[in-house]
Amino acid sequence: MTTIESTVTTQVYRVYIKATPDAIWEAITSPDWNERYGYRCRSEYDLQPGGSFVAYTNDGMRAMGAPDVAVDGEVVEVDPPRRLVQTWRMAMNDGIAAEGFTRLTYEIEPTPSGVTKLTLTHELEGAPMLAQLVAGGGETEGAGGGWPWVLSGLKTLLETGSSLDD
Amino acid sequence: MTDDDLVFKALADPTRRSLLDRLFERDGQTLTALESNLEMTRFGVMKHLRLLEEAGLIVTQKSGREKLHFLNPVPIRLMHDRWISKYNERQVSALADLKRELEEMA
Repeated sequence: MTTIESTVTTQVYRVYIKATPDAIWEAITSPDWNERYGYRCRSEYDLQPGGSFVAYTNDGMRAMGAPDVAVDGEVVEVDPPRRLVQTWRMAMNDGIAAEGFTRLTYEIEPTPSGVTKLTLTHELEGAPMLAQLVAGGGETEGAGGGWPWVLSGLKTLLETGSSLDD
Repeated sequence: MTDDDLVFKALADPTRRSLLDRLFERDGQTLTALESNLEMTRFGVMKHLRLLEEAGLIVTQKSGREKLHFLNPVPIRLMHDRWISKYNERQVSALADLKRELEEMA
C-alpha cells in the first residue's frame, strides 16, 4: 500500500477559546465542569498514568435505558494544563464497545494573543462505528453532534458562563 | 478580520470548498494527494490550503516526514450553533406565538 492510498483513521479537531489553559484543563477534567456541556456526562479522571477514566450517563440517557457508564478508559499521560492522553471506549452500545479502546489526546497551548488553542486528536483505528459517532454522524438520530458539538459547547460555556441550550 | 470573516472568506472559493470535500471523503491527506486531479499548480494549492488553515478549517499534523491535512469542522459548527440555532429558535417561538393567537381567537 502506498502512502497516498493508505487510509488515515485519525480525526483532529481544533478550537480557539478565550480562557486560560488552566480553565480549559479544569473544564475537561473536573466532573463539575465536564457535565455542563456536550453530552452532559459527569466524567471522573484519576489524573495519573494508569488512572481510570469514567464518564457516567446522564439522567436522560438512563431514562432511555442506558447503563450507568457511558464511556470508560485509562489515563496514559498527564501534563497539566498542557497535555492529556487517555484511552476512550464508548460503553453504551455493545457493537461500538466491541470496537475496543481508542486513543484521545488533548493539547492545550496558549497563543500570544491571549486566546488558548485546544487541539483534540482521536485515533480511531479499527473503530469505524465509533468514528462516525464522534464525527457527529448520528446527530439526526439523536446521538449528539460528536466532537465538533462538544467543543463548541465547551467554548460557549467558558466564554459566556452558560451552556449552549440554556 | 474576525474569525467568522476568515471562515466565510475561505468558504467563498469553489477550489477551497472542493479541497474540504476531498478531506471529508478521506481525511488526513498529503499535499501531493490533494493536488492530484486538480487543474492547478502545487503553489496554487498550497496557497488555498494556507487560507483554509488560517480560517481554522483544516489542521495539519506531521506524520514522520509527511504533513497531513485534516478537516476541522469546528468553526462551521460554531457558526451553526451561533447563527442557525438562533434562527431555528425564532422559528419555533414564532410557531408558539401563532398557536397562542389561534387559541385566543377560538
